[in-house]
Amino acid sequence: MSPILTVDDLRVSFATEDGVVKAVDGVSFDLSAGEVLAIVGESGCGKSVTAQTLTGLTRATNARITGSVKYRGKEINGLDDNQLRDVRGEQIAMVFQDPMCALNPVYRVGDQITEMIHAHRDVSKKEAQAKAVELLRSVGIPNPERRVRLYPHEFSGGMRQRVMIAMALALEPDVLIADEPTTALDVTIQAQILQLIDQLNRDRGLAVIIITHDLGVVAEIADRVLVMYAGQVVENATLDEIFYEPCHPYTWGLLGSLARLDQPRTARLTQIPGAPPSLLSPPSGCRFAPRCSHVFDECTELPPLEARTGGVHLDRCWLDSEAKAHHG
Amino acid sequence: MGRFVARRLLGMTGVLFAISVIVFLIFNVIPNSDPAARIAGKNADPALIARVTADLGLDKPLPVQYLTMMKQIFTGELTSYAKDRNVVEQIWEGLPATFSLCIGAAVLWMALAILFGYLSAVHAGKFTDRALTILSLVGISMPVFWLAAMLLYYLTFKVELFPTGSYVPFTESPGEWAYHLILPWFTLAVLFVGIYSRVLRSNMLDVMNEDYVRTARAKGLSERQVRMRHVLRNSMIPVITLFGLDFGQVIGGGAILTETVYNLDGVGLYAGEAIRSLDLPPLMAVVMFGAFFIVLFNTIVDILYAVLDPRIRLGEAAPA
Repeated sequence: MSPILTVDDLRVSFATEDGVVKAVDGVSFDLSAGEVLAIVGESGCGKSVTAQTLTGLTRATNARITGSVKYRGKEINGLDDNQLRDVRGEQIAMVFQDPMCALNPVYRVGDQITEMIHAHRDVSKKEAQAKAVELLRSVGIPNPERRVRLYPHEFSGGMRQRVMIAMALALEPDVLIADEPTTALDVTIQAQILQLIDQLNRDRGLAVIIITHDLGVVAEIADRVLVMYAGQVVENATLDEIFYEPCHPYTWGLLGSLARLDQPRTARLTQIPGAPPSLLSPPSGCRFAPRCSHVFDECTELPPLEARTGGVHLDRCWLDSEAKAHHG
Repeated sequence: MGRFVARRLLGMTGVLFAISVIVFLIFNVIPNSDPAARIAGKNADPALIARVTADLGLDKPLPVQYLTMMKQIFTGELTSYAKDRNVVEQIWEGLPATFSLCIGAAVLWMALAILFGYLSAVHAGKFTDRALTILSLVGISMPVFWLAAMLLYYLTFKVELFPTGSYVPFTESPGEWAYHLILPWFTLAVLFVGIYSRVLRSNMLDVMNEDYVRTARAKGLSERQVRMRHVLRNSMIPVITLFGLDFGQVIGGGAILTETVYNLDGVGLYAGEAIRSLDLPPLMAVVMFGAFFIVLFNTIVDILYAVLDPRIRLGEAAPA
């Protein structure tokens, strides 16, 4: 099956007074129809910039974007706002982190949904309104006929995120990009939102890119995982491979810092020493090397992202497969 | 909503009362402001001054004088000391000119301020923005009396493009009415266009970075829709506040300079005369009139706020 979205060597840099910040540095991946791809990494590793750049939402005037983003074989990187209108919402929809700020406080939620429908479809007000009610119902908002007339501040955080998702689904896109959709919500609500996304993925065949720093979220819903560090992809593998045969020491570190029920309570969580490098002048060679406990001579040279343990499990670490298998 | 309005009306009464007391007291401590002495003439003998004083009721205690004056204002019987004419009637006669000037100018200044602020924000940092920035700073810096005099000199005496001020009632000739008001409208609007366009520009630049604007783009709206419906709409709220205050202020006699230079027979011109002749009754009435409009438009703005921003609830924690 050909991928629905192909990202090849995407680079985003920002010219600042201190120099050029390479926020995204050569990211490549494919997204197949119906697949859930998780992009994980700590704050500032470039995952949100990657997501926003896919639909041209990285708009800073000092930004420089190169590389290729293909939607169903059609290049969409570098298109202007007008050309991107058909892509945004219609083909690729987005859900953002903080649903309070992501909805305009001065409009009723129903109007925010119908606004999107009217922007793309020639339908009557009444039809759009009915569609909005139906969408709200489909994402599990009770009493949608009444809720559609309320303002965002009259909703709880979880309900607001459901509104965002309902809005994203309005035009039945093929791809949903969810940028930390559960970060601003409390745990029980997180589970509900993930369940909703999972269900939409299974019922509608919606391909999902979910950005998160929470491996718990990843385990819950992802098919494939992209681990990012300092603007680069360091590991790209299936969910099972990431959790059972992780290959990159950074992934080991992420997994080690996860509290798990299948480990004895006395086991301490490990933490990755140090802090991520500045993206102004990242270390030459492997970017994780300064924090890596397995560092050796070859690490002074940047390893390519390639399969070392066989199959399509890509990673960016010089360690031989035996050492990796042993650790994993 | 009902309770809110009732509370604001009560507050308004309080404000008007306080202002009237302050104006009254200030007038009584200004040196050389004794109306009796002024009316009686330069070489009047003390007996004459005493008679005038008694006639005007100025020999009574201050609180009594104050109450009498208030009663006269609200019954419409207040007469000027200097000219012996009914004050309330005179203000009433000045209303058409003042309203014509202020409403026209307000429409002009809001339209231009929104246009300039919008263009400035959308082209932030580029030539259009810089040019509009300079223009608005020039507008803010020009004193009204100077601008009015310059416009009169160049556009009516030198080029004879416009009439020399004075007011033509709308009912007499709408064309002449507008023709005579073009320069005054422009003069009064310039300062506000400058200030408002600056405020709107910075609000818009803030709002452009809001998450919901990103959402609007991600929805596939056109850039125009994003800017008009999401950026501009949300940026207008603080501008509306300013407008409420300023509009109340110019209606209530704040257009005094414009009215004076262009000889528009409005409330401002009347206020100017009253100040020059230190005439308390018209002064008091004009100040009360102005305060009334300022408080009134403040209240309207607060109500409008709740319409513009649904998060604001009038009943509960309305901004005072």
